[in-house]
Amino acid sequence: MTHESRSAALDRADVRVRHDEGFAGMARGFIDRIRTGDLGMLPVVVGLILIATVFTSLNPVFVAPNNLVNLLFDAAAVGCISLGIVCVLLLGQIDLSVGSMSGLASALVGVLWVNMGTPLPLAVLGALATGAVVGFIYGTFLNRFGMPSFVSTLAGLLALLGLQLYILGPTGSINLPYSSPLVRFGQILVMPDWLSYVLAIVPGVVMVVLGLRTIRTRAAANLSSPGISVLLFKAGVLTAALLIAVVYLNQGRGIPYMFGLFVVLVVVMNYALTRTKWGRSMFAVGGNTEAARRAGINVNRIRLSAFVLCSTLAALGGVLSASRLASASQQAGTGDVNLNAIAAAVIGGTSLFGGRGSAWSALLGILVIQSISNGLTLLNLSSSLRYMITGAVLAIAVIVDSLARQSRASHGRA
Amino acid sequence: MSAVSPGNMTRGEPILRLRGISKQFGAVSALADIDLDIHAGEVVALVGDNGAGKSTLVKVLAGVHQPTSGTVEFMGREVTLDTPAKALELGIATVFQDLALCENLDVVANLFLGHEVAPWHLDEVAMEVRAWTLLNELSARIPSVRQPIASLSGGQRQTVAIARSLLLDPKIIMLDEPTAALGVAQTAEVLNLIERLRDRGHGVILISHNMEDVRAVADRIVVLRLGRNNGVFTTENSNEELVAAITGATENAVSRRRARKSEQIGVEHDA
Repeated sequence: MTHESRSAALDRADVRVRHDEGFAGMARGFIDRIRTGDLGMLPVVVGLILIATVFTSLNPVFVAPNNLVNLLFDAAAVGCISLGIVCVLLLGQIDLSVGSMSGLASALVGVLWVNMGTPLPLAVLGALATGAVVGFIYGTFLNRFGMPSFVSTLAGLLALLGLQLYILGPTGSINLPYSSPLVRFGQILVMPDWLSYVLAIVPGVVMVVLGLRTIRTRAAANLSSPGISVLLFKAGVLTAALLIAVVYLNQGRGIPYMFGLFVVLVVVMNYALTRTKWGRSMFAVGGNTEAARRAGINVNRIRLSAFVLCSTLAALGGVLSASRLASASQQAGTGDVNLNAIAAAVIGGTSLFGGRGSAWSALLGILVIQSISNGLTLLNLSSSLRYMITGAVLAIAVIVDSLARQSRASHGRA
Repeated sequence: MSAVSPGNMTRGEPILRLRGISKQFGAVSALADIDLDIHAGEVVALVGDNGAGKSTLVKVLAGVHQPTSGTVEFMGREVTLDTPAKALELGIATVFQDLALCENLDVVANLFLGHEVAPWHLDEVAMEVRAWTLLNELSARIPSVRQPIASLSGGQRQTVAIARSLLLDPKIIMLDEPTAALGVAQTAEVLNLIERLRDRGHGVILISHNMEDVRAVADRIVVLRLGRNNGVFTTENSNEELVAAITGATENAVSRRRARKSEQIGVEHDA
């Protein structure tokens, strides 16, 4: 057997498989994936181009650098919530209470920090811990009582909203001091130009370094690789896109630190989902719970971790939105926050049916959702119209997800 | 009926010993007072009609169901198999007939599910190499280990499931209808594989409806009927005897055909 495997790479022995190598292979593989319903980033790219074209033609301010900087400031808070939603969606579960949870977290920060004088870090930690406890309760309800997350979180939506109103008391709104680091973080602080350029180059460099290492270890283990040219091409495109974006945004105020925090969270979550045993177990439980259980995975613990993460990230999103608005009010976390967070995850490519998705979908999806919201605000449309349009976008996203899923099934993709 | 009592056919040290295993689902008793011994390096076929309790017994051994009463001894020690993880840890691997694989994950991920190399920084290269080695050992025809399971045929899925059970080098491997969905060549491969497992000293429990497969590889054939032991046979016993034990009747299609055939032969001889 060793003789055979020396003659051809270990994974190239079967003649039935077409091996996509080089640029032509890359393009062919890409077209194949799209045709069979593995849409990847395509809906987001198409959506963003469409949105940008329409809104810019209606109001040129839309593409002004400072408007896009504002857009990034706004995107961070709901983006964090959406990142948590990705976790529960991967399991085929849902958390409908993330909006209320974020509102409660912002109220907690307001009450603990401004009204009771607790140091800010402790107040934020308190809010996050509350989120963790709420997620723990949802997970336990599901594990112990088999209570569908749809129902338990719907109950939570109301209960958490009640708690938020209760702790805010009759005044209903707490203003956060403008000079405080929290509010400056949410409204003013942007990266210096040099840092943003460095950060724009880092992903490409990391991609090349890690990619070369993978190619080397795979070659040492007698496995094939897509090739160095493809790797360099991808890294080049990524770096160019990031640099253009950064240069453009730096003509305005620059990249918000808050958005940077969100991206860091996405990167960490992406690592956890794709490169750790925990992440693999998440996908397994989402794909086939019974198979995962039989493989020795502790399904209950995985579910618990997903709900705890989701609610904690929702609480963090609440803290960020409080810092963005410089207030903790009764309106925080109500309205379209819930649906925006869920819609962002789905538009970004995380399936509502479990077992498919990625951390990046929160980032990509929230850019789409926030662009729509921002553009509609620029057009001075009332919130009634905004709700209807956002609702329609969510419906379209779910239909696309559903159709892509059917197509994947018929083409033998997961 | 020349049924062999369990224990007569010792081929090595006993690995697994079941005594008086019963399992009740409400008023239905799916298993009643089952005794079973598995030795190292033997293939025990478990046969029986639909509803005879084969699958329930497998699930008890795999830790999916807990027996209502009875004892399980593993390597001479009494054990409780309360979770699938516990059974796996002890060295009882199971290839289930259904629900065994995650269709959204690729072959490598499925093979190593729950036992990934380097949990905090998955070593994909090491896992892929091991996956190819394992599949090549089984002469399995999987085109690519980076395909999701959804794109594989039924036979290929079964192969992946069997390969996965071997990953932890278990003492006992239970195969629930492993050849039911396989083509001719792959069935032969699986049967070869079962013999290889035996030669390596694993105990194999084979559940099958296919008497040909059972006769090809089994050392002992344990018949279950309506949740009870109904005799232990060897390949020397005739098909009729087996079918009689399985169905509980001596008069059936198999025996009638045999009777017709011998009659015909008799007539031809006379002519």
